[in-house]
Amino acid sequence: MVLRLGRMVGTTHPAETDEHALAALMVGHEVQLELDKEPAAPQDTVLDIHDLRVLDDRHGLAVDGLSLQVRAGEIVGVAGVQGNGQTELVETLTGLRAMNDGRVSIAGKDISHASPRQVTELGVAHVPEDRQRDGLVLDFPVADNLMLNTYYLPPNARGITLQDRVIRENAVRRVAEFDIRTPGIDAPVANLSGGNQQKVIVAREFSRPIKLLIASQPTRGLDVGSVEYIHKRILAARDAGTAILLVSSELDEIVALSDRIAVMYKGRLTGVVKPDEVTRQQLGLLMAGYTEDERASSPDER
Amino acid sequence: MSSVEGNRTNLPTNGKQRPASRRQPRHAGWGQGFLLPLLAIFTALVLGGLLILVTDLEVIAAFTRIPRQVADPFTNADTQISLEEALWHHPPEVSMGDLVEVDGTAKRVVAQVEDEQEQISLETARELYPQLGPGVTIHLNFLQKPAVGLRAAWQSVSRTYAALFEGAIGNPSRMAAVVRAWLQGDPSLLPQAFYPIMESLVVATPYILVGLAVALSFRAGLFNIGAEGQYFIGGLSCVFVGYSLKGLPIYIHLPLTLLAGVIGGGLWGAIPGLLKALTGAHEVINTIMMNYIAFALSDWLLNGPMQRPGGFTPVSPEIQPSAMLPSLFPSPIRFHAGFFLALACAAAVYWLLFKTTVGFELRSVGANPHAARYAGMSLTRNFVLAMFLSGGLAGLAAANEISGLTHYMPNAFSAGYGFDSIALALLGKSHPVGVVLASLLFGILRAGATRMQSVASIPIDIISILQATIIIFVAAPEIIRMIYRLPKGKKAGPAKASTAAEAAAEAAAEAGAESVE
Repeated sequence: MVLRLGRMVGTTHPAETDEHALAALMVGHEVQLELDKEPAAPQDTVLDIHDLRVLDDRHGLAVDGLSLQVRAGEIVGVAGVQGNGQTELVETLTGLRAMNDGRVSIAGKDISHASPRQVTELGVAHVPEDRQRDGLVLDFPVADNLMLNTYYLPPNARGITLQDRVIRENAVRRVAEFDIRTPGIDAPVANLSGGNQQKVIVAREFSRPIKLLIASQPTRGLDVGSVEYIHKRILAARDAGTAILLVSSELDEIVALSDRIAVMYKGRLTGVVKPDEVTRQQLGLLMAGYTEDERASSPDER
Repeated sequence: MSSVEGNRTNLPTNGKQRPASRRQPRHAGWGQGFLLPLLAIFTALVLGGLLILVTDLEVIAAFTRIPRQVADPFTNADTQISLEEALWHHPPEVSMGDLVEVDGTAKRVVAQVEDEQEQISLETARELYPQLGPGVTIHLNFLQKPAVGLRAAWQSVSRTYAALFEGAIGNPSRMAAVVRAWLQGDPSLLPQAFYPIMESLVVATPYILVGLAVALSFRAGLFNIGAEGQYFIGGLSCVFVGYSLKGLPIYIHLPLTLLAGVIGGGLWGAIPGLLKALTGAHEVINTIMMNYIAFALSDWLLNGPMQRPGGFTPVSPEIQPSAMLPSLFPSPIRFHAGFFLALACAAAVYWLLFKTTVGFELRSVGANPHAARYAGMSLTRNFVLAMFLSGGLAGLAAANEISGLTHYMPNAFSAGYGFDSIALALLGKSHPVGVVLASLLFGILRAGATRMQSVASIPIDIISILQATIIIFVAAPEIIRMIYRLPKGKKAGPAKASTAAEAAAEAAAEAGAESVE
């Protein structure tokens, strides 16, 4: 039985159906499972990470000498088993966590010790890993969450006075544009489904001029329709010339979206590969800590 | 999930859009927001009534031993006359037991006319005690005469609450009469009739300010327990500026005096804010400790450097007249301009919290500090700012009291405002309007309590119990929901329910349209 928008749209037996058919029922039309992606046209380097070292909350080394570049117009996927330093990496890049050593620059500007606001103002969008903890103020209405990091900028504010009318108009536009299903822009965002909460974040982050998108687990726990929608938005951003760092523990998502895949293991990169040049098995080995050289020679020895 | 990731381009863009443009009031839950506190107050009054009943000796007597004189036939004012009255009618030769004629009827002269209410007929009495003769007094219990107990109970409670009401608001009929007299050109009785309500407002004034102080800190996610200490420090700095600066015009000295209170309390509050922001020290512990320091500091200053010259009591000198808030009415009425200052502060806090970027940051930090950091807000700055503003309001409450009312600072300065303020912020749901309403309620209860004690001889402490009960019910709304069978949860408010229903209907229609295609 498949439910959509509060209605039963179909009934089927597990034996008689497959994933394609179920997905089609759930999103309301035949979804394309094959990737419809133009080849990337990478341009200048936007994000430049050099020999980054970051400590985690327990003062262990979470990111251990990591270097990576992301260029405009490409998606670099960071694959890896959760807890291998991805969270700390993203927090450091967005100014939420202080780095121990190394250097990070965005579009040529050093942000090694920048605050979250300075990073945001450089044109960095951040879809956080835990949307309810970091990305949203659940008690606040949709309208307020849509301007959570631009509330102080004109036209949202003039001096210290919030421009209610402008904020509301913008909220209405975003809700329409990003198809956010909400009882209204005044409804607390906590009342929305997970997919629509994520759409609020995406709407907020994608609605301002951005050079770099850092998306961490952007589709975790979402329904198929929302997953599809967010993937579409990410690709559109890439085609518009945004550099994108995609962190996900969904290997399928990484493979489908990325132009290059960086595999992270214990705070280091075990390899940077192109998705069409590796098999799942090879990726799995990299995620388990076998470096590319070892993979080429003899993985059995380890 | 694994089979459905990927890029799909022909997504339904959902041409007709969500009803997001519908203009809703920003605070859609107000119906519920007011209903619950009102029910809480009502329930607390009922419980308070029960408490009055079980502690009132008269009521207890009426429920346990009801004295009745057995009489046959009933004697009353129609057949009897008191000796005193008989002597007045027929001086001087009347004595007990005589029959006298008054207004055409013969009446027997007795020591005191028995009220029919306090008698019981021989017939009824013999049903209980068959051997009984007339003239004795028997005691009935509640079950034999329930109306007596219930009447006494009702009288006790209604007398108490009527006294509370008259003490807090005034006697309505008297107020109406005085207003009528005033319209006819006789304003002489106005102050007396309106004294109670004015007094309630005077008592409510500091409540409003300290309530706002704590509400503001709540909004920023900080539990400011230190309003009491900030109140003391605010009072000290205000009174110092008030008496030490001399010869300034009022339009400079008065604002300066009030500002001194704000800054004194604000800085005192900012210290625990700073400690929290820099070291993570919990503000609850630190504000409590700052309270003790404030009390001790005030004790020392008022017994030493700031003691009134030539005096032996720990009070400060009186402030200059130029530092006094103008009182708006002649002497018995203590009502002063500070009340309007408090209301203006409530409006300012509302504006700051809900209409400015500053308030947006404070509320974000309070509602979700992680998201606030993510959005680029500084937790340090907002913690310190919130505590400064909170302490400043508490300090202003003190400055207001000194400048408008006492004109000096005594050692025992606060009537527990700092602690009541937590209750006020809770009761007012940390909203400026709610805090003002809660403060008026507390002012009314406190001001009315005095009259209640003198008229109905109900101890003033019942008010503290009432306040506490109200707070418990407001803090635990599930109790109220259970008692009155209200629907659960936040979304139960009528305004929200209707929009949710509309949204559901629209969603269903939309789904229908989609499944058709």
